[in-house]
Amino acid sequence: MSNLRTPLKNALGLGSAKQGAHHFIVQRLTAVALLFLSLWFVWTVLGALHGDYAAARALVAQPFNAVLMLAFIVAVFWHAQLGLQVVVEDYVHTRWLEVALQIAIKFLCFLGGAASALAVIRIALGR
Amino acid sequence: MPATARPLSPHLSIYRWQIQMVTSILHRATGIALAAGTILLVVALLALASGPEAYAKVQAFCASWIGLLLLFGWTWSLAYHLLNGIRHLLQDAGLGYLPAQFVRNGWLVVAGSLVLTALVWVCVFAQRGGA
Repeated sequence: MSNLRTPLKNALGLGSAKQGAHHFIVQRLTAVALLFLSLWFVWTVLGALHGDYAAARALVAQPFNAVLMLAFIVAVFWHAQLGLQVVVEDYVHTRWLEVALQIAIKFLCFLGGAASALAVIRIALGR
Repeated sequence: MPATARPLSPHLSIYRWQIQMVTSILHRATGIALAAGTILLVVALLALASGPEAYAKVQAFCASWIGLLLLFGWTWSLAYHLLNGIRHLLQDAGLGYLPAQFVRNGWLVVAGSLVLTALVWVCVFAQRGGA
């Protein structure tokens, strides 16, 4: 048993793409990042909660906060896409619906991340 | 659904409810809830970037009873998903798989998530009282 592939798979060249663990690794990597970033996020939101508009904007505009907010946005939307992908893979068994949902999730997560990032950049640059 | 009607393994309606499955189900449910919560993140940041009027609308929504209810739910979801996420990372490292440990850690996560949520909301209302 040195080769677990069927002869047909060998003939078709359908071997490992060497990316089998990529989803697993990125999900954990973003999880570790969010461990710290989400605590910082909650702390920051608590600081801005009862202040006025100018105070909240000034808080996010601080370079340290703006950078962490961008990191938070990237990690959140990436992690969300990976997690929702698995949920759809597990529960949606109608092929066209599954593909449509996977595409929609990727598009929405990218748009959400891009819109949030642009907002933070505008705030940080004072525009 | 699959074209062939093959026998299925027992599902939720068959098993007795226990902490092992509840923590797993809640991790998914809170993950989905938090993904939905990112909509408020996007809206709030866009409002903050565009001006005081838009920001006031977001603040008014957050202070409404439906807003508070959602924020409370998202706070607990984040606390739970965060703590259970740490548990998952430890399990990835091969720790905590003995049945007794598994059950204990499950309850620790549930209790911890309630404590964290309470802590955050005590901060929220203490600030409002002080302001």
